[in-house]
Amino acid sequence: MIGFENVGYAYPGGSPVLDGITFEVSDGEKVGLVGANGAGKSTLLKCVPGLLEASGIITVSGLRVSRENIAEIRRKVGFVLQDPDNQMFMPKVIDDMIFGPVNYGSTREEAEEQADSVLRGLGIPHLRDRYNHRISGGEKRMAAIATVLAMRPDVMLMDEPSSSLDPRNRRALINTLSGLDKTMIIASHDLDMILDLCPRVILLDHGTLIADGETAGILRDRELLESHGLELPLSLSGQKGI
Amino acid sequence: MNDAERAVLDLRAMDELESMDSPLHRLSPLSKFTVTAVYIALTASFGRYDLTGLLFMVIFPLIGYQLAMIPVRTCFSRLKGVLPLVAAVGVLNPFFDRNVLFRIGGIAVTGGVVSMLTLMMKGVFCLMASFLLMATTAVDELCRDLRKLHFPKMLASLILLTFRYTSVLTDEVAAMTQAYSLRAPGQKGIHISVWGTFLGQLLLRTMDRADDLYDAMVLRGFNGEFHYAGGRKSSRWSWPAAALSCAAIVAARLVNVPALLGSLFI
Repeated sequence: MIGFENVGYAYPGGSPVLDGITFEVSDGEKVGLVGANGAGKSTLLKCVPGLLEASGIITVSGLRVSRENIAEIRRKVGFVLQDPDNQMFMPKVIDDMIFGPVNYGSTREEAEEQADSVLRGLGIPHLRDRYNHRISGGEKRMAAIATVLAMRPDVMLMDEPSSSLDPRNRRALINTLSGLDKTMIIASHDLDMILDLCPRVILLDHGTLIADGETAGILRDRELLESHGLELPLSLSGQKGI
Repeated sequence: MNDAERAVLDLRAMDELESMDSPLHRLSPLSKFTVTAVYIALTASFGRYDLTGLLFMVIFPLIGYQLAMIPVRTCFSRLKGVLPLVAAVGVLNPFFDRNVLFRIGGIAVTGGVVSMLTLMMKGVFCLMASFLLMATTAVDELCRDLRKLHFPKMLASLILLTFRYTSVLTDEVAAMTQAYSLRAPGQKGIHISVWGTFLGQLLLRTMDRADDLYDAMVLRGFNGEFHYAGGRKSSRWSWPAAALSCAAIVAARLVNVPALLGSLFI
């Protein structure tokens, strides 16, 4: 379970980006995090593995995010960054995939076996020995998710996972994510993807929590969405909003 | 396509060369590194007038290029920016050293001319050897092997990160110069008035990207050590071949082969 209690954050010398955020995510739950640009979605995600030091209390599986627990928390939490080019820093996909597991104590052989099984599971075993800079954007996105899955995290945080994907790759990504039995928080502007993947959604605006509830209900509320810089998802825009 | 974009493509082309399969590619990175280091050290140690002895040293990189199945012209085309600098070394020697060493026909050849040619050849040969090493060896494989020899992990990480960040830097430069040229039609290069802003922006952008890359690393437990998958299996002939090559290079340094061959006929 992930808990946020009165979480706040302000960049040095800046105004608060997050203010008084409180909610909980249960084990196995998939939660969408939506909001206009600058709402604080990415900042909130970065606070969970301690990349940013937030005020308030964040807990992951009962462990409070703090300097003492950070290694244990990062072991439990997989973070898929917005730009896969930044996520993949090793020369080849396989090197990137074994990076985390070996750092956390697996032998190289175990890590490679684990990586192979993840690649097979995602249907991308052909990417194993490819150079990161030679694969397409869609493949890179899938490989970035694979590098995180290879660490067998309990929780996955994803920042705009469908950005820059073509429709076919986007659909493949949605199918892959929906098949994963993990706790997930997905920050995205792709409301249709959130609608497909997440039964629950949290709406942020200017760092405050505006709404938290059933996705179908919140994403059909045209007035609520428009007053916070969003629009109805395309798949619902033909239907009449509330 | 601007120069920065060409540099990005050149970097990627080096990766293509590294990933080829040839007898030279299959040798262990460390054995190739050792031979290259020995070659460069001994080539640089030739005396300034020892032109004939030095001439024979070209044979080693030439054989290397054949074994690696890489045309020698690839080296020269990739290094065309550096070669004039290498050639410029010693260009003033003919003016300072006017001592006549020998005559060809009626033309006096001074020590300055010979030492200039010697310096140029040393530079070109060393560049050829270094390029061959880079074109047949992945940096990560070299760092992995160096770590096996207890090479400090800090230095190994530094080499690897410098190499990886070169591509980050060139990517950013390419994106920025492209954006600039699209709004400055007909202009060649970046105007001097925006160099400061351009460099400042470049620094900020690369720092942002470096931050993100570092975040990705620490999130996966980075502790200063890079780990690699099995990679290409090195040939068991790596070290015997390296020993043989080093012996041949040392012999070529000790014995002036062209002079020896000449003495057989004259």
